[in-house]
Amino acid sequence: MIKPHALAAASLMLACSLALAAPKGDAQNDPLGSHNWSYMRKDLFPATARVIFDERVKVSAPLTAENPMNVPVSVDAAALPGVTEVLVFADLNPIARIVRFGPTGAHPGLGFRIKLQQSSPVRAAARTADGTWHVGGTWVNTTGGGCTLPSAGSASPEWQKRLGEVSSRVWERKEGGERIRLRIIHPEDTGLAAGIPAFYIQALDVADAQGKALMHIEGFEPLSENPVFTVDIPAARASTGYQVSGRDNNGNAISATIEK
Amino acid sequence: MSRSARSLVALFTLGWALLLAAADMNYDLRPVRVAADTWVLTGLNEDFSFKNGGNIVNTGFIVTPAGVLVIDSGPSRAYGEQLRRAIARITDKPVVMVLNTHHHPDHFLGNQAFAPDTLAALPETIHGIHSEGGGFNENMYRLAGDWMAGTEVLAPTKPLTPGPLELGGHTLELIALKGHTGADLAIFDRSTGVLFAGDLVFHDRAPTTPHANIPAWQASLDQLDTLGFKVLVPGHGPVSLDAGPIRQTRAWLTWLDKALRQAAEDGLDMTEALALDLPAEFRRLAVVEAEYRRSVGQLFPAYELKALSHSGRPAQ
Ligand SMILES: [Zn+2]
Repeated sequence: MIKPHALAAASLMLACSLALAAPKGDAQNDPLGSHNWSYMRKDLFPATARVIFDERVKVSAPLTAENPMNVPVSVDAAALPGVTEVLVFADLNPIARIVRFGPTGAHPGLGFRIKLQQSSPVRAAARTADGTWHVGGTWVNTTGGGCTLPSAGSASPEWQKRLGEVSSRVWERKEGGERIRLRIIHPEDTGLAAGIPAFYIQALDVADAQGKALMHIEGFEPLSENPVFTVDIPAARASTGYQVSGRDNNGNAISATIEK
Repeated sequence: MSRSARSLVALFTLGWALLLAAADMNYDLRPVRVAADTWVLTGLNEDFSFKNGGNIVNTGFIVTPAGVLVIDSGPSRAYGEQLRRAIARITDKPVVMVLNTHHHPDHFLGNQAFAPDTLAALPETIHGIHSEGGGFNENMYRLAGDWMAGTEVLAPTKPLTPGPLELGGHTLELIALKGHTGADLAIFDRSTGVLFAGDLVFHDRAPTTPHANIPAWQASLDQLDTLGFKVLVPGHGPVSLDAGPIRQTRAWLTWLDKALRQAAEDGLDMTEALALDLPAEFRRLAVVEAEYRRSVGQLFPAYELKALSHSGRPAQ
């Protein structure tokens, strides 16, 4: 038998496909079929910029994420030449921007985890030297609520002592080069949970032992609590050690040496 | 409102009512006798869905002259009520005790169908139902829809003391274990040799791990293995006459623990851990891909944390 839910879903799908036909411009054929794409296009990119969908920008995330507070995402834009920056966003999140990173020696990719409020496309837009934005992405389905829940840290006095503490490790990669993984103690509160102000890491810089920049990361509210990052370093830029520095939106500094 | 509009509304209302009435939410519960006085209702080896109404779990009951002992009450009020009717078709003895093996929703959300003073569980299970039951129940409404109508959390008030229990000529052993959750109750009927293992044992279905402690779970499996049962009733999957399901559950947990530790120690990102190939021997387990994905989400961060501080020199 047909359930009322199925009827409602069918009419919703119809509404979405009608909405999809509307937007015109350089990237109207959203491969993920999200009716929010036209707003993302307008909000996140200059009107004059060239924005195209491009499968060479790979976004890996589970199709179904059981825990909306901690959805793993990996972005890899190495198939494109000369990537200068990458913006990661989720169309249907109350705060769409997740993270922006600029590789200055590191591999043009990043692993991290995010909070999702509902099922949404998760996309990465990689800007190449010619100014074109190349957009790749994937749908992530989730039960939701990830953005409006308080962090575990915000309720515990314990985290304050450890705020900004970094644990890390460096691996040699089989394919050459090295991998840095690091975890930072931080509540990453979005400001959307009642009575708890936004409190999140805004900037992180990874540099080699001599202080030469490898990667700049600009964080936004939807990064998960105690964020974990994966950064790959090509063989040519491998170093005897690394350092990470940054700050949150309240001006607390983050600074650590990543030893091998 | 015009007359034709009114009759249109009436027509829609009627259609809606018919749709709802047609969905009579029948679990079609058929108890199967697995030993003297002992009956099991085997659920489907699936995930919760609108189609199965949450009936993915095994429940059971033992009929004695002193009354009926029920083991787990199912995923919804409707399931609990239908379980009661299924019991009443087999015996006119009253239900005198309902045990919840642990605090997962498919094992206690049928409690409303039974007299509150018959409900019992281990103290930590009762605590878990109080603290997490509401969230579980909401989630079940999302996953099973109308089947959940009227379902509310009803926690047992009677804390169980592990040990022997005599009931109408049956010598039972209530065994307090842990590992699948913080408190897992196994019920061994020494009179018939039937072991109700709860979710410590899965059969032909990948185990769920939202509250798992793998070393504790493995120790519990070792203990169950020594009981000398004749019939093994797992929490999910078909009833068995041997310890095969224990070996199966142990093999999966052993692999999962090793694979996730290795992935974290090798520096894999969580998305890469999710993409690992499952060994052929596990691919025939029901819902194995989905459970593996959930287990990575639930368990990998702890392995990762260990790996990141492993070098002994956390930065700073
Ligand atoms: Zn369970």
